[in-house]
Amino acid sequence: MKNTLSQTLAVTLLFSMSAIALAQTAEEKGLDIAQQVSAQNDGFADSTSSMTMTLINRSGKKSVRRMRARTLEVIGDGDKSMTIFDEPADVKGTASLTYSHATKADEQWLFLPALKRVKRISSKNKTGAFMGSEFAFEDISSQEVDKYTYKYIGEEEVDGIAVHKIEAVPAYKYSGYTRLLNYIDKERLVAVKVEYFDRKNAELKTLTLSDYEHHEGKHWRPGRMEMINAQTGKSTILEFSDYAFATGLKDKDFSSNALKKLR
Amino acid sequence: MIERYAKTVLRFRWLVIALTVIVMLLLASGGRFLVFTNDYRVFFGPDNPQLLAFDDLQETYTKSDNLFIMMEPDSGTVFDKPTMAAIVDATDRSWQIPYSIRVDSISNFQHTRAEDDDMFVEELIEEPEFFEQADVDRIQAIALDQPQLVNKLVSTSGKVTGINITVELPAPLTEEDMLLSAEDRAAKDPNIALGVAMNAGREMVAQLQADYPEIKFHTTGIVAMNQAFPEAITADAQSLLPMAFLVVIVGVILFLRNVFSMIGTVIVVLFSILMAMGTAGWMGILLTPPAASAPTVILTLAVADCVHFLVTMLQNMRDKMPKNEAIVESLRVNFTPIFLTSVTTAIGFLSMNFSDSPPFHDLGNIVALGVGFAFLLSVFFLPALMSVLPVKVQARDTKKSTLMERFADFVIAQQKLLLWGMAIVMIGFSVLAPKNQLNDVFVNYFDRTVPFRVATDEVTDKLSGLYILEFDLDSGEEGGVGNPAFLQDVEKFERFVEQLDGVQHVSTITETMRRLNRSMHGDDDAYYKLPEERELAAQYLLFYEMSLPSGLDLNNQINQDKSKTRMSITMETRSTQQILEFERQTLEWMEANTPAIATLTTGATSMFTHISMRNIVSMLTGTSIALILISLILLFALRSVKFGLISLIPNIVPALMGFGVWALLVGEVSLAVSVVVAMTLGIVVDDTIHYLSKYLRARRERGMSPEQAVRYAFNTVGVALVVTTIVLACGFMVLAQSNFLLNSQMGLLTAITIVIALIVDFTFLPAFLMLVDKDKKDETSQGEIPLTPAGQTA
Repeated sequence: MKNTLSQTLAVTLLFSMSAIALAQTAEEKGLDIAQQVSAQNDGFADSTSSMTMTLINRSGKKSVRRMRARTLEVIGDGDKSMTIFDEPADVKGTASLTYSHATKADEQWLFLPALKRVKRISSKNKTGAFMGSEFAFEDISSQEVDKYTYKYIGEEEVDGIAVHKIEAVPAYKYSGYTRLLNYIDKERLVAVKVEYFDRKNAELKTLTLSDYEHHEGKHWRPGRMEMINAQTGKSTILEFSDYAFATGLKDKDFSSNALKKLR
Repeated sequence: MIERYAKTVLRFRWLVIALTVIVMLLLASGGRFLVFTNDYRVFFGPDNPQLLAFDDLQETYTKSDNLFIMMEPDSGTVFDKPTMAAIVDATDRSWQIPYSIRVDSISNFQHTRAEDDDMFVEELIEEPEFFEQADVDRIQAIALDQPQLVNKLVSTSGKVTGINITVELPAPLTEEDMLLSAEDRAAKDPNIALGVAMNAGREMVAQLQADYPEIKFHTTGIVAMNQAFPEAITADAQSLLPMAFLVVIVGVILFLRNVFSMIGTVIVVLFSILMAMGTAGWMGILLTPPAASAPTVILTLAVADCVHFLVTMLQNMRDKMPKNEAIVESLRVNFTPIFLTSVTTAIGFLSMNFSDSPPFHDLGNIVALGVGFAFLLSVFFLPALMSVLPVKVQARDTKKSTLMERFADFVIAQQKLLLWGMAIVMIGFSVLAPKNQLNDVFVNYFDRTVPFRVATDEVTDKLSGLYILEFDLDSGEEGGVGNPAFLQDVEKFERFVEQLDGVQHVSTITETMRRLNRSMHGDDDAYYKLPEERELAAQYLLFYEMSLPSGLDLNNQINQDKSKTRMSITMETRSTQQILEFERQTLEWMEANTPAIATLTTGATSMFTHISMRNIVSMLTGTSIALILISLILLFALRSVKFGLISLIPNIVPALMGFGVWALLVGEVSLAVSVVVAMTLGIVVDDTIHYLSKYLRARRERGMSPEQAVRYAFNTVGVALVVTTIVLACGFMVLAQSNFLLNSQMGLLTAITIVIALIVDFTFLPAFLMLVDKDKKDETSQGEIPLTPAGQTA
């Protein structure tokens, strides 16, 4: 993570004071909350989980994909993550490795078992549909504070939950969005809803995050993410299970060589 | 009874006028609800199988509604720095068009290349301001080597390039949406959205044109076509209706030689149109080009009613009858014939409800309403109005029409010659009718005065057209598009289609597969072929999908569970016959060579290819029912089965002959003509009713011989029939000037048929009557009630 623990603590402290001080601009307050959200996720070291992705088209037809994810926390930069595909059968064993970066292109490798080779992918695009779903790669890759500039909009309620509404403008030139609207649960400091606006600033997608669980006494993780595309009427449901933290994964488990040896 | 009614109308004439104006205003106020359509799909009924197949395709893949902008630089090549910069700029701006979900151009084409195990997925043209000549040359070589681009987004010569903007409009409004506030509803209305997208597209192109004067921009696409519908309607309304009114004014003055009669006619016609269109608005009818031609048709038909009433009235006045008496007398004499002809005309138009194409239901219903209003106005409002207006005529002695007299002499003298001569002519033209070929080239529905048509012709000629045939190829299993057997079938079919006549471009997943296979093998050309394992193909697609930017995904070619793929074939503008041949050829080939993927074509092109045949079949029922109903009315009116049967000939034959003449003049018919038979039937039958009723009156009441009765019929209604035929023909000739092919064909063919009907009624019918109606007069006239009371002077 870009922010060290001490920095974050300082900011948190500052925030609680500034609630009284009132001398905060909308930009500062937005950044503040974003940092708090990020902070409560710090220090997880590594995590693993299983994902089920259900794609639903305009006429309600569904198709299902399954994969596993491994993430390694990187202090001072974007996390390293690995996705291993289990279903459908013809992509079983395909795996991707991503070193995410806040404002420059991610580094990405892909192992194709049918080709028995690891390919390094050079592409500026983080905007493409992930596995044909409504999630773009940039929606599910590691969310760094520096990826956006923030502005506090106000307080609202989403499904009975009191939230902060914060506008986030992507810092990365090749992002697919002009802006996002984040709805952050005031109490738990997690996003419960995100609205995405496309290049022409028209409403594109809405992400609803739910079934949050508290792990390790400090990390909130959503059990379910539903992305609805307002323009095409298609949607994708992403369900997470088997969360595990601090499983002892090392940096060498996230190398391009490691991709080939996965099971 | 009618006499008493007429007198009452005259007594309360101011009340009648006031009442009519109030009712007219109430009905006409519905006009504010009239909405122009801008969706070509309205031409297809909800159960149309081609529409259902197309909707299914649209549900499965990215929708194919698009705006297409062709760029033609004066430099003669798109591969120079300034043009490339313009393409990048235009592509970026295109993303800003409301409802755009995808933009394809040669600049954002996702080019894959490999350096050992490093894969690069990049836009083909990026930051051209830093290009050296070598970069320009490299990009030209790559672009002109991409089957996905050549003849779709760039011409083989490199002279023109295109930007394809895919738009996804909101779904049609639901019943729930109707409860929303006007503002919220407008935001969800796909019709409004289309106009918004089109206007934004136009503004963008105008701005681009201003910023890059050395490049010519042309705009086409389905969105442009849809927006051309309301524009064609408006252009027609602005040019045709004034022309039609002019025809009425000149025609009525010329024939009736009376200014106030002309004013009365114009008011009745105007009221009929306003009331019919207003009622259409209250009924929520959507205006399509065919439905929007209703005012011209109503105007034409309403004039005929007025002429019948006014001719008699003026004649009576010239015979020195006081005006009000002349009005009562005219009403007494004309009420029943105007009623009957209105009913038959309305039946003809109502039978259009059998059409498979909803715009013709609307046209039929609106015109039937207009005919009904015109009848009511001519027997209720017009008498009152004429009573109020200071109509003056110069009294003169009744002068018999010497022309009609001489014509009757000729018909009687040459009856054998006319009978057999006309029989041969009638049969001769009728057998030519099937020689017409169906042709529904939807782009050509608009004539070359419509900018959309000009741009589309230009783009089709230089790059690629709107004629796109789609195949929805099904592997039958989830993930089956990666199956090598399936891919090989698709590739075989691709090779077959490519060499067919008129094919400009084939867009298919197999090309993507070959390209990926090559890239994954270090760009080795030996691997420019389909992957041989299913897993490999699936993993390539997974890789490719992850590397594509948003909006450029594979959903335009592959469905969600990867069981089906869409192959899109762009063709030169082709006739319906050529498309049918293409459909037959491809299906036969697939059944013989790749039976696993054999399927029919779909898409807009395919929908229009079958629309005429479907309509002709559906209208067969409608026309038959109209024919039966109209014949029953004739039997009732003429009180004779024999004459009812005789009337069938002059009622049906003109339409057949009209098609025969058409075959010689034009030879091609479109969707519009499927309704012409039913429509003209209701109109031409009027001539027969008038002629036969006069003939029968002479026979029955006056005991005349067939020859004398023929002469009597010519003398009494001859001039009126000629006048109404000329007015009707002129009215429909105005419609023939429409910039929309369906309307212009319908107008011209109707005009031809109406003129033919008069010729048949004036030559063959009397000759035939004199042949079959040999004297048995005493039996037939027993106890029969004549159609119109004696003493008519019309």
